[in-house]
Amino acid sequence: MKTVNNKAWLMVLPVLLLVGLSAIIPLMTVVNYSVQDSFGNNEFFWVGTEWFQEILHSERFLNALQRTLLFSALILAIEIPLGIGIALAMPKRGIGVSICLVLMALPLLIPWNVVGTIWQVFGRIDIGLLGHGLESLGLDYNYTQNTFDAWATIIIMDVWHWTSLVVLLCYSGLVAIPEVYYQAARIDGASRWAVFRYIQLPKIKRVLLIAVLLRFMDSFMIYTEPFVVTGGGPGNATTFLSIDLVQMAIGQFDLGPAAAMSLIYFLIILLLCWVFYTLMTVSDQAVSATKGRTN
Amino acid sequence: MATIELQAIAHRYDSGHGSAIGDAVIPFAVNALDQCWPDGGAYALLGPSGCGKTTLLNIISGLLHPTAGSVLFDGVDVTARSPEQRNIAQVFQFPVVYETLTVADNLAFPLRNRGLPTADIDSRVASVLTMLGLQKQANLKARDLTVDEKQKISLGRGLVRTDVKAILFDEPLTVIDPHLKWQLRTELKKIHQQFQHTMIYVTHDQTEALTFADRVIVMHEGSIVQVGTPQELFEKPQHTFVGRFIGSPGMNVIPCIVEGATAIVGEHRISLQASLGSDFDNSGLQNTELGIRPEYVRLCQEQGLPAVITAIEDVGKHVVVRVNVAGHELKVIQREGEPIPRNPRVWFEPGKMNLYQNAHLVEAAQ
Amino acid sequence: MLELQNISRKVGDEVYVDDVSLCLQRGELNILLGPTLAGKTSLMRIMAGLDKPDSGSLRFDGRDVLGLPVQKRNVAMVYQQFINYPTLTVFDNIASPLTVNRISKWEIASRVAKVSDLLKLGDFLQRRPDTLSGGQQQRVALARALIKGADLVILDEPLANLDYKLREDLRAELPGLFAEMGAVLVYATTEPTEALVLGGNTACMFEGKVEQFGPTLELYRQPAGLQTARIFSDPPLNTLRLHYRQGELRIPESEQLIKLRAELNDGQDYTLGVRPHHLCLVRRSPEDIELRGEVTVTEIGGSESFVHFEFQNRAWVALIHGIVKFASSEAVSFFVQPRHSLLFDQSDSLISNSTAMIMAP
Repeated sequence: MKTVNNKAWLMVLPVLLLVGLSAIIPLMTVVNYSVQDSFGNNEFFWVGTEWFQEILHSERFLNALQRTLLFSALILAIEIPLGIGIALAMPKRGIGVSICLVLMALPLLIPWNVVGTIWQVFGRIDIGLLGHGLESLGLDYNYTQNTFDAWATIIIMDVWHWTSLVVLLCYSGLVAIPEVYYQAARIDGASRWAVFRYIQLPKIKRVLLIAVLLRFMDSFMIYTEPFVVTGGGPGNATTFLSIDLVQMAIGQFDLGPAAAMSLIYFLIILLLCWVFYTLMTVSDQAVSATKGRTN
Repeated sequence: MATIELQAIAHRYDSGHGSAIGDAVIPFAVNALDQCWPDGGAYALLGPSGCGKTTLLNIISGLLHPTAGSVLFDGVDVTARSPEQRNIAQVFQFPVVYETLTVADNLAFPLRNRGLPTADIDSRVASVLTMLGLQKQANLKARDLTVDEKQKISLGRGLVRTDVKAILFDEPLTVIDPHLKWQLRTELKKIHQQFQHTMIYVTHDQTEALTFADRVIVMHEGSIVQVGTPQELFEKPQHTFVGRFIGSPGMNVIPCIVEGATAIVGEHRISLQASLGSDFDNSGLQNTELGIRPEYVRLCQEQGLPAVITAIEDVGKHVVVRVNVAGHELKVIQREGEPIPRNPRVWFEPGKMNLYQNAHLVEAAQ
Repeated sequence: MLELQNISRKVGDEVYVDDVSLCLQRGELNILLGPTLAGKTSLMRIMAGLDKPDSGSLRFDGRDVLGLPVQKRNVAMVYQQFINYPTLTVFDNIASPLTVNRISKWEIASRVAKVSDLLKLGDFLQRRPDTLSGGQQQRVALARALIKGADLVILDEPLANLDYKLREDLRAELPGLFAEMGAVLVYATTEPTEALVLGGNTACMFEGKVEQFGPTLELYRQPAGLQTARIFSDPPLNTLRLHYRQGELRIPESEQLIKLRAELNDGQDYTLGVRPHHLCLVRRSPEDIELRGEVTVTEIGGSESFVHFEFQNRAWVALIHGIVKFASSEAVSFFVQPRHSLLFDQSDSLISNSTAMIMAP
């Protein structure tokens, strides 16, 4: 029991130091700021939970939270079904597999601010393909001035960027389904929809849950792409929580409220992750319990 | 139920490269064969891995389209039809159930897909649940059942359809524990006795094949080697392969030279008259071997060929004694409790010996 | 010698291994027999060092090995799935335990040649495992285990994925292969016949416990408990509950009495166990016990028949030599010799034949 574990700790030490420096210490600094206030000159005094209360009651924060939640909901509603659909359509054998996988991987490889820049230019009325095209069709499209257009652009951009992740995850789950299930379904005369509902969907449930979790977290924390495209505008129509936070911390240099807000943000995400994790492991335990001593 | 006929069936798997040269080199998974299996019988396709039995089963079920030949159900050519159009049921190697559905819904699934009225569906499902002894689990989710219960559900989905033409089994007991294998096998047999479905059972386990089937089709490297009742295959294997494959342990095969109605093994002479009849014409026989099953070899002290015991295996219900006779190894089965003589002699039961030339059975000239 | 003392392992709510104590000697084949989920694989993983037990001690040749990682334990394992390095040739596969230890190339070549001859792989040395048949792949795995010269060789149902006939053939070779090794051999299986053919010692496992451990034939002929008798029976053991009252052990609803030499506990239930091949269609001696039932189905297997019949609302099966045919629901009588009957008391322990031998009715 002794010899083995000691060496393991030695191996982990460098990682611990790294994580400590890059994550834990800055986190503690933020916590520090969140309970203090300053009138300048680097003098700070304790204010307790004042910032937290102010944030939680501020309309600005609640609006940003609402926008972020709405954004995540829309993203999930579009990307998950679309991802499943594309995964179902992808071939399982032959040369087509490699081609499709590469195509799907491409959007994921592009740096995020480049994605934002692509769509920012793409949507411009004067030189962008999309913007100009829509204008010439007679449609009124302007993402810098119209709230709906701004939202639509950002959402479509995210769908273009991230649906591939859902596709690849679902595809890996689908490919793992043994051929006999499909054969049995053919013999039972099952329709395409029945095959999906009773064979494919249950079998990809676990990867789907991972996909939902990942997409939810990422969309909830989204910053770079919308910032590059709209900068949070028009007005504050696309000012999501992250953008609002940065504006407060760096723009206004209100360190106290910004720190408090970032902690609240962090805790919300942590809570949602825990919910998902519990959902995933509960269903796992239920399955393994029944498999136990039944023989 | 249907009479199944196979005409000139042959199959070769694609190399996938699509080139004629590549294809020409690929061996046939199933060589040209013709078979006719009357309605209502229990048939077993028996053979080692890679012999083509699963390929043949998939050709019959429609999951595989044969390279050549046709499949007929009751005289109707169904080669071009898909499995659901042929109206067959198949039970696979490991249980295939719709996990999110209950047991009852699983059984109802094929009927619902065919659009039967609900009342009919319910009554069919109820009767099949009783048949399989799954009434208590009817409303449990299928994924909560044990492996053998899941296999029963797979079987049930076939039984529930009254018009099913044949039920096909692809090594269905592979993942089942030995004790439960017995139960499941017996139930299959009972169901067949009761309902007389045409059942085709693929296996590499000769005990399964012999106990289940009325007629066993033994396959080897893509060809059918022998078709017969379990007894025929046991007593008169047409090929030494069949002799070795069937029976546990398999048939003893020793090289011999035939002179008249006598087989000469080493220095010993064994009279063949009882097996082959007195008019036996043995002129021109070469590469001959004598086949005798361990069950028909006796150890005694007085008569027979001298033997040296090399090993004794007590298997509980009988004892397998390995002896060396004139340089060849033979296996003998002694019943539990029978004494094993110290200086034994082996004696072959007359009428139970088979003569093989170039591995094929030599029948007595009529 | 491998000594296990009070080894237990629990994962979550499930008990995988329940207080197991065993003493396994070198040079003998030790078989773990039991159904799936009995704990055989879990126990073997603990022996190998892949898992840690929650409690208990493990000593090899007197040395405590619990803290020792797998690599240091000199163990070889052969699995049910044919596990070989897919990118290496058969030669490299077999040589892999030796190349790790930096043995000279010449020595490796000669040892590989020896082992591959033993396992009849001489012709396949330059091929890749995936071009070989299942039986050959498993031979490669066995060769790899053999060549290592390990102190502990663990085989986890190595023949389970092979064809029936292949299984028979390889099974006959195994004892010879490992005989000279002088290692502690542990072999797991679910098939009683396999245990009997392989010989050695057997530990019957059920639900994480070792029910009995001893020479294989002894366990078969004198099972200490009902569970052992059950596990060691293929076809399944026939059992019947009997009630002992006023000095009599009576088969319900019949005039059949089972006389005993000694007294049993009054008012208690006992279990009668009869192996299928001990049931006979003819009365061989006046002491035979008669059992009357109704045939449900007959299975014919070559030279023997399995007659399934209903007896006292139980599903019994008889193994009859020769071909017999019965109509369904036909009434039939079977006879069993008293000395072939097993009697178990309420706690499922065998009542030794010497103290309470079953006698003629």
